[in-house]
Amino acid sequence: MRLTVNGSEHELDLDPRTTLLDALREHLGLTGAKKGCDHGQCGACTVLLDGRRVNSCLILAIAQQDARVTTIEGLGGHPVQRGFLEHDGFQCGYCTPGQICSAVGMLGEVERGWPSATGDDDPLSDAEIRERMSGNLCRCGAYPNMVPAIREAAGR
Amino acid sequence: MKTFSYRTATGPADGLEPGAVFLAGGTNLVDLMKLGVATPDALVDVTRLPLGEITDLPGGGLRIGAAVRNSDLAADPRARQAFPLLSQALLAGASGQLRNMATTGGNLLQRTRCRYFMDATKPCNKHTPGSGCPARDGDHRNLAILGGSEACIATHPSDMAVALAALDAIVHVDGPAGPRTIPVTGLHRLPGDRPDRDTVLEHGELITAVDVPALPSATRSAYRKARDRASYAFAVGSVAAALAVTDDGLVSEVRLAWGAVAPRPWRAWRAEERLRGRPATAAEFRAAADAELAAAEPGRDNAYKMELLPRMTTALLERLADREGR
Amino acid sequence: MTAATRAIGAPLARLEGPEKVSGTAKYAAEYRQENMAYGWVVPSPVPHGRLRAVLADPSADAIAVLWHGNAPELAAADDPELAVLQSDRISYRGQPVALVVAGTLEAARRAAQVLQLDIETLPHEAVLRTDHPEVYTPDTVNPGFPAESSAGDVDRALAEAPVTVDVTYTTPALHNNPMEPHATIARWDGDDLTVYDSNQHPSGVAATLATVFGVDRVHVVTEHVGGGFGSKGTARPNAVLAALAARVTGRPVQVALPRQAMFSLVGHRTPTIQRIRLGADTDGVLTAIEHQAWSQTSRLYEFAEQTAVTTRHMYAAPHRRTGHRLLRLDMPTPRWMRAPGEAPGMVGLECALDELAEQLSLDPVELRIRNEPHTEPETGTPFTSRHYVDCLRAGADRFGWWGRDPRPRQQRDGDWWIGTGMAGATYPAMAQPSTARVRDLADGGFEVAIGATDLGTGARTILSQIAADALGVPTGRIRIRIGDSTLPQASVAGGSSGSASWGWAVTEACRELRRTGGAEAVFDTTDLIAKQEKEGRHAFGAHFAEVRVDAVTGEIRVSRLFGMYAAGRILNARTARSQFLGGMIMGMGMALHEEGVLDPALGEWINHDLAEYHIPAHADVESIDAAWLDEHDDQLNPMGSKGIGEIGIVGSPAAILNAVWHATGVRVRDLPARLDKILPHLPT
Ligand SMILES: Cc1cc2nc3c(=O)[nH]c(=O)nc-3n(C[C@H](O)[C@H](O)[C@H](O)COP(=O)(O)OP(=O)(O)OC[C@H]3O[C@@H](n4cnc5c(N)ncnc54)[C@H](O)[C@@H]3O)c2cc1C
Ligand code: SF4
Ligand code: FES
Ligand code: FES
Repeated sequence: MRLTVNGSEHELDLDPRTTLLDALREHLGLTGAKKGCDHGQCGACTVLLDGRRVNSCLILAIAQQDARVTTIEGLGGHPVQRGFLEHDGFQCGYCTPGQICSAVGMLGEVERGWPSATGDDDPLSDAEIRERMSGNLCRCGAYPNMVPAIREAAGR
Repeated sequence: MKTFSYRTATGPADGLEPGAVFLAGGTNLVDLMKLGVATPDALVDVTRLPLGEITDLPGGGLRIGAAVRNSDLAADPRARQAFPLLSQALLAGASGQLRNMATTGGNLLQRTRCRYFMDATKPCNKHTPGSGCPARDGDHRNLAILGGSEACIATHPSDMAVALAALDAIVHVDGPAGPRTIPVTGLHRLPGDRPDRDTVLEHGELITAVDVPALPSATRSAYRKARDRASYAFAVGSVAAALAVTDDGLVSEVRLAWGAVAPRPWRAWRAEERLRGRPATAAEFRAAADAELAAAEPGRDNAYKMELLPRMTTALLERLADREGR
Repeated sequence: MTAATRAIGAPLARLEGPEKVSGTAKYAAEYRQENMAYGWVVPSPVPHGRLRAVLADPSADAIAVLWHGNAPELAAADDPELAVLQSDRISYRGQPVALVVAGTLEAARRAAQVLQLDIETLPHEAVLRTDHPEVYTPDTVNPGFPAESSAGDVDRALAEAPVTVDVTYTTPALHNNPMEPHATIARWDGDDLTVYDSNQHPSGVAATLATVFGVDRVHVVTEHVGGGFGSKGTARPNAVLAALAARVTGRPVQVALPRQAMFSLVGHRTPTIQRIRLGADTDGVLTAIEHQAWSQTSRLYEFAEQTAVTTRHMYAAPHRRTGHRLLRLDMPTPRWMRAPGEAPGMVGLECALDELAEQLSLDPVELRIRNEPHTEPETGTPFTSRHYVDCLRAGADRFGWWGRDPRPRQQRDGDWWIGTGMAGATYPAMAQPSTARVRDLADGGFEVAIGATDLGTGARTILSQIAADALGVPTGRIRIRIGDSTLPQASVAGGSSGSASWGWAVTEACRELRRTGGAEAVFDTTDLIAKQEKEGRHAFGAHFAEVRVDAVTGEIRVSRLFGMYAAGRILNARTARSQFLGGMIMGMGMALHEEGVLDPALGEWINHDLAEYHIPAHADVESIDAAWLDEHDDQLNPMGSKGIGEIGIVGSPAAILNAVWHATGVRVRDLPARLDKILPHLPT
């Protein structure tokens, strides 16, 4: 089967049961995407699939042979990464690649005018960022520092 | 997860071999497969079928393709304008990532989050018929007060489905026996003595689209969800409502559906009927909600829903009535 | 200030930050091995019984199915939970009864799912209650305190007190849930064992594995750890299972626990039942304090949470009594979770004080100030430093506490009831023996090596600051090596004692290097620490919360949370703030969200995943901040620091619960405060 990750194509011989997350971590050595729950409940495995943020633990690799996958390793110094460094947007760092990929995907959603449940006029108000980022749990509680990191990465 | 074969569906009426199931976003199916609760022999991927469009219906309604992702539907300008409650319900569900994966068809057919059901090592009549229902004496804080049976008191967890139920949406299915339509309110079965069967769909029947008929009053509609944390949590109670009030303050049109109280998105027919033509006041709203709950059978730990739902319903309808008045 | 003390306290960014934001930081399960196999734990489906046999499905492509019938014999460790697959006895649901090893993760999981177990089921008990006939008083509670203490005549003082409070608070089982699940990769090269393991104490894990397998050379690599919060303090069954399977199969084996297994296998905070009785005169001066705590432990191991111990240190009162009772159940063994003892205990004490303030019509801050002790209330030992009252006052100022209407359910904003609450906080300042080594690299740089770990605490960064100051060089010239059992032995990253313990050893080693002018210096703090007085050393703090409660649904949001701390010298302002906030957020989870939901019939916490066990999500955390006093204490350690990793979760739950009462008039005495407990009491 074929997988296109961070611009390179890979030929892999995988069990059809292999999730995208396990394909990345166990077969391609791309361990940036993390496994926190394996059931879509934490966001640690977030990657971009054709530019959209998704939970790679609930995606079967076999179903994504035509997709472009972008992982944290492929972001290459994105402003969100710099923002996390500047604002101490993490502690243990385990949720961090997922948070960052999620934020990158989220900023794209905001650009496309997508609403959130918060419904503020400013789609990047603090409350909006919190709601839009709620699919990524952080047990260290680094949330408060992620908000300015993400806001600034959006050029605010 | 049991091994399976995988193929992409080629046409709506493809049908399914025995033991095969459709795969859409996978956010529920793959989850249950990992848990060993779902054990299909084959997956037929429907996401490449041409079911990903939202199109206008004559008269102002919308046809939503079964493979339209929840996030795309929630962001669709027509849906936001004509059916705010639908967009709100979608955005109140799951997370940004999951909504990017989840589809309209899959969302309707997602299975209960009953904690016993989601564990293959525990008894549960839904995953293993005849094994019993430990929820009745055990954990049922978020299980059904309406529509349950001796065998099962599972709740349907979808937010979107509650809005669609209020909107009288119609499900289009296609399969070996040809196409047919089913109202969303009739899609899910009540468990009775067959809790293993969630819906009226036959094996191999594919949802192709959901039609949301025009509803002028839906521009003044809303979805309200109560949950145990601020986001990324299933509802413990939810209300979808649309309301129209006459100049002299009487209810002319009302739609009301509840989530997290029953094995299906619960259309509150009885409450609606009671309200039509009555004054749009908090007391009437409350009485209508209480009337809907007359048939409820709360258990030890979910009786709070008997108070939660009427309060939410009253507050939401008051808000809509208020907006209408201004 | 001299150049020699410039680095400590500065908000230096985390040294490993660039690796963490680029995804290159490696966690335990991420060290690829040639020919690696995967182990999947088969958990017991019953809470009590005997495993007679296992029957593997021949079609499942497993390399090995290990169970007590075929697993190699292991030597006993201190922790009986590590005697995995050694006996037929099942002591709790979720206990590993077999390990399936396969060539892929997918095959291992499936083979484990279809493995048939022949089990003789025995009766079980799963519910903690105070009137159980088997309730007993342990000899000591963790980490070695007397189970009971008393002074004066509490009963008489209570009978005579004009104002009394007699309340029972309960806290549920809580689960640490670090985001990185416990994971190990084990590889044998002859009798040399290498393990990549997620833990808080690599040298401790190495020593344990050496004992269990009867070998001398065990190398534990723990470069990055995705949180632990106490649950990774010692070797967990995953480490032993991985090494066992690697031994049997002759291949490197990875055992990464599924999230669900973490609810039973790696420890949790015990449920507690706490009865607090307070007596006071009409001015709010306490005459009597009693705190009795019940908690549970397993059949395997006595773990005695020190729930009431904090009450021995907080407030003055002539008549006082604390006690602990335990009940053994057919349930998993509780272990440490962030601020064990203090976190649950201060819910009972600080909520009870709020109830007393209500009765007295006295401001809760003022009530605490009136009962400030001058020395340790039970022993009379002087405090090395205690700025609790300063925290209360400064915190109240900053939060805007003063002038608050003390009456409940007075403030409404649209659909929301608004209320504020506060509670005190404390955590012991500890240090444990550690050894550090410093080398002059002769290129202007210095290598500082110590077998510490950084769980997200900032340890790596802080140690470089400490070393820089001790050597009188900029931090850029320090190279820190931690996270490896072959480095000089460090104490566990726990008890908020890491920085104090390791920093002390690093400071002394650096000083020694300067003194001798040599190329290398090694320092072991064991003797220095042995000489230290252990009493009277605590950090203090005060938490203030504002909540809003939805008048329709009873849903609670914490709109503001503020912590004011006196925790000695703050070593890194940036990582310290993050630590305080993280503790407070976990405290919010404890107050509002978190609960292991017990099914007594199955003997299991059945909400064992992150969709059903709710930890705070991003949207739950609104305005939150922490600040600290500039506290100087030269009796602690060379840096003058106290621990900061845990105090944030101590008292913040009580502050939130007290605010919920203030908003609604509802006292939630059984945590967590969820809408169904509020709703029945709200006006329609
Ligand atoms: C952690 C978590 C939190 C969540 N929170 C919420 C929430 O708050 N609110 C909420 O509403 N939902 C929530 N969800 C559920 C989520 O919305 C559903 O999992 C999702 O909508 C399912 O859609 P899918 O396309 O991924 O379906 P799949 O998982 O692909 O399929 C689900 C079922 O539908 C069948 N199916 C799919 N498409 C078709 C079709 N066209 N025709 C016939 N059969 C079909 C499949 O065979 C399968 O049985 C949550 C899920 C997770 C994991
Ligand atoms: S309520 Fe239904 S789904 Fe839940 S355990 Fe009972 S039978 Fe199973
Ligand atoms: S690992 Fe995928 S969401 Fe948690
Ligand atoms: S930084 Fe540790 S879980 Fe987020």
